[in-house]
Amino acid sequence: MTLPRVPLVWRVGTVVAVRPEAARAKTIVVEVPDWPGHLAGQHVDVRLTAEDGYQAERSYSIASAPEDESLALTVERIDDGEVSLYLCDELRAGDELELRGPIGGYFTWQVADGGPLLLLAGGSGVVPLAAMLRHRTARGSRVDTRLLLSAGSWDDLLYRDELGRLGRDGVAVHYTLTRGAPPHWSGWSRRVDAEMLREVGPGPRTQPRVFVCGPTPLVEHVANLLVGLGHDPRLVKTERFGPTGG
Amino acid sequence: MAPVSRGFRGRRRQGVDASRVPPGQYVVDDFPVLSAGPTPQTGLDDWTFTIGGSLDEERTWSWEQFVALPGETFTVDIHCVTKWSKLGTIWTGVSVDRLLEDVDTAAEFVSAFCDGGYTTNLPLEDVTDGQAWIAYAFDGEPLEAEHGGPARLLVPHLYLWKSAKWVRGLTLLDHDEPGFWETLGYHNRGDPWNEERYWSD
Repeated sequence: MTLPRVPLVWRVGTVVAVRPEAARAKTIVVEVPDWPGHLAGQHVDVRLTAEDGYQAERSYSIASAPEDESLALTVERIDDGEVSLYLCDELRAGDELELRGPIGGYFTWQVADGGPLLLLAGGSGVVPLAAMLRHRTARGSRVDTRLLLSAGSWDDLLYRDELGRLGRDGVAVHYTLTRGAPPHWSGWSRRVDAEMLREVGPGPRTQPRVFVCGPTPLVEHVANLLVGLGHDPRLVKTERFGPTGG
Repeated sequence: MAPVSRGFRGRRRQGVDASRVPPGQYVVDDFPVLSAGPTPQTGLDDWTFTIGGSLDEERTWSWEQFVALPGETFTVDIHCVTKWSKLGTIWTGVSVDRLLEDVDTAAEFVSAFCDGGYTTNLPLEDVTDGQAWIAYAFDGEPLEAEHGGPARLLVPHLYLWKSAKWVRGLTLLDHDEPGFWETLGYHNRGDPWNEERYWSD
């Protein structure tokens, strides 16, 4: 894999849309002049500046595919957050947004990397994985792909409709809802466990490329289960974040 | 000049000494975890620490020998490139100075190697002179695996990816050899006070 060696300078983008994505998340679409492009799975740094010069920086995963026209970030609203509250509650189309990237050259996937692909996420950890799925779709790839998404409730699920349509592209999508499932729910409603991972597959013998993203306890737990099931730790890539994502 | 973000006032944290927070960082009270892969599980019976590479004679310590070395408990601020800083963290470990005490070397760089295959590179002058430790306890308790236990390198004056988790040794080198994140777009040195986050900073 070759990484674009483009200097990571701050760029001022223009917000073209802010739309609700789930109960506590918004997707922000930004036009960024001279955006150098990105790989699915990478993130950007966002910097906010107050009138008195005070600044706050945070990192957010890129949700859009490299092929998409505009850059999209999906931001989970953290109740005592600083930057996420501004992005979810205050930011609107027409605003300027300063960012730089793309950042991170490890937690990435491109069609040329091949598969099978096993994507495991908790909550908004699905964002960089959505970029991978969108990239797969944009390129018309049929690589064997499984997604298991753990979320609190049905209303917390990001990209629900879009993920629901992925079945016809050959993506097996599984959900587990850990804090209450709707009536007639036929999916799982428990913490991810080894049996669930066996059912999602593909097994370690097929040497899938595995990406795990979400809150630390989930990532630790799932990565340990995968290694226990016989997956090669070198093929298991993780990205962790905590409630301090701000 | 950064543009003002319309309507952003910020939520400045009270009671934090701003002079201890490098640019672009914010202070947390918890201890976030960041690693690129699964947490390695190495039993203490299989654990060794090795100083190798360009030196008179390779040194290896077993776990028992290592924790019997004179240790230090020290309080430092730590800064992660993902923007969080944690102030006043208390660690116990062996200083790298102590490990290099009798070593005869002309090396100018080190590469830390770890369970799980992670590496990171540092100039020797960044890990000597009381600036770096191999830490095995945090806040008086054995270091948890998710935070790098049984032992991690700790170089608090640089971004925390330099403080390699699950460290198993240092290779002394006469040339610089960029490590894992250093070849994936992050800065070669990583000084938080100069905001050296990425290769082009």
